[in-house]
Amino acid sequence: MPGKEQLMRYLPWISTPVLLAVILGLWNLAVSLGASQYTLPPPGEVYDALLELIRRPDVWTVHMRTTLVEAVAGFGIGLVSGVIVGAVLGRVVWLERAVRPMVVALQVVPKVALVPLFVIWFGFGMTSKVIVAAILAFFPIMLNVLLGVRSVDPGHRDVMTSLNAGRWQTFWALEFHSTLPYVFAGMEVGIVFAVIGAIVGEYLGGNEGLGFLVVDTLNALNAPELYAVIILLAVLGYLLFFAVNVAKRLMIPWHESVTLKDIT
Amino acid sequence: MRAGGNDSSMTQQGLKTAGTPDIAAREGSGVTGSRAVGASAELELVEVSKEFHARSGSVVALKDITLSIRRREFVALVGRSGCGKTTMLRILAGLTHPTRGTVLAGGRPLWHDGGRDPETVARLGLVFQDAHLFPWYSVEENIALPLKLRGVGKAERLERARELCALVGLTGFERSYPRELSGGMRQRAAIARALSYRPGVLLMDEPFGALDALTREKMNLELQSLAMASESTVVLVTHSIREAVFLADRVVLLSPRPGRIRSITDVDFRRPRQLDVEAEPRFQEIVKELRSQLDEEA
Repeated sequence: MPGKEQLMRYLPWISTPVLLAVILGLWNLAVSLGASQYTLPPPGEVYDALLELIRRPDVWTVHMRTTLVEAVAGFGIGLVSGVIVGAVLGRVVWLERAVRPMVVALQVVPKVALVPLFVIWFGFGMTSKVIVAAILAFFPIMLNVLLGVRSVDPGHRDVMTSLNAGRWQTFWALEFHSTLPYVFAGMEVGIVFAVIGAIVGEYLGGNEGLGFLVVDTLNALNAPELYAVIILLAVLGYLLFFAVNVAKRLMIPWHESVTLKDIT
Repeated sequence: MRAGGNDSSMTQQGLKTAGTPDIAAREGSGVTGSRAVGASAELELVEVSKEFHARSGSVVALKDITLSIRRREFVALVGRSGCGKTTMLRILAGLTHPTRGTVLAGGRPLWHDGGRDPETVARLGLVFQDAHLFPWYSVEENIALPLKLRGVGKAERLERARELCALVGLTGFERSYPRELSGGMRQRAAIARALSYRPGVLLMDEPFGALDALTREKMNLELQSLAMASESTVVLVTHSIREAVFLADRVVLLSPRPGRIRSITDVDFRRPRQLDVEAEPRFQEIVKELRSQLDEEA
């Protein structure tokens, strides 16, 4: 008989297909009860549209590629700048105090509202979308790193002090490891935000990317294909999140967020 | 590095200690002997005071503490919480700068030119109330950390870590992460980390405070044999009078606000002491006397 722990481990593998089946069943039911073809096409039609979509080479070489590059490049920029700014603000207390009102102001602005501005400044190409993705990814990463740099255990610091550790030794043995979980927490939010940024950017301008495809199929009132594109987007977002999650597992295997067997 | 005690330690006491790897290594660790102080005081506090400044005003944590601790002596600091015993230990460890007064370790000032003397600090080993192990390092990496910081090669320092794991009873857990250990095991790992570089002085701040009574008794016995085997000077902060009397050669009782030395009591039961020493009338007398001193302040 399988133990409770083992059951917990395999639970998502059982529950997810069940939940998907339930959703599909409800979906079919709604369609058979007479939902409009334009709001809710039957699952079969969406499936056909999805098959057709993934057989189109331009979906991969143009649209998927564009969105992927925008999201990943934006995430990369957001990560590097977020870590640098977060670390500096975390360490230089007076600077953090000086810029805090501005940071809060920037944070509460719905950044998506700035997208038209970026289109004006950087054009309809990939640059404006990369920048939107980068800005969206930047804030969660920066704030987490700032918190992480400040959250180094004073007791651990005492240990390093009592061992005569130098500045760099303290960084490598203590601060680096201690901050990494915060970096990854920020990255997990940041990668999702970067995908959102790239797609919203594509909604507003340009003629490439999965976001553009969403708008395009909407304009053509092609509901099955619209659903299919959204499914592709979900898969893209999931895969990117998964990549970050795997990196986390490799880099901080000791951390609670890894050792507690969660679903992701 | 070590200004160790090959000179006086022999005459000081006729302690027969079993030949552990620790001792053999200590003898080869190089003794300078250039500052062989006559009285062989390992640690000295001379009129040390410490004030903390808070928004509500300043608090005198310690006032005019003068205390001399001999080489290989086991001293326990007891007192109510807030009496400044932890502050005193942190001052001895060089983690807190005294407001006034001088701290000498091995005859050398611990502080000079506003900084801690690294060579002197290197002779001190510290064990905190919490183990403060680094969760990202395995047990053996944690124990070997002080050696890593000293530039000891990887093979050598892990070898030493395994040796220490055996000494403190952690064999089989070398590769475990700290979170996989029980509280008592973590504290043992922390002690092993402090012992890794063979410090002449072991400073411990309520190291077993968070452990249950049974584990604590066991750890006390182990600490006694470790201290004997490693020939270290030990300063132990504790709020348990029984623990202090059981372990220490001298019990220093602090009274609070401002923290001052209330009394110093010699305890001369033979070592190694067994748990049944607590049943002896003289043990009980000492505990009773210290307790009444504590109660006077309440």
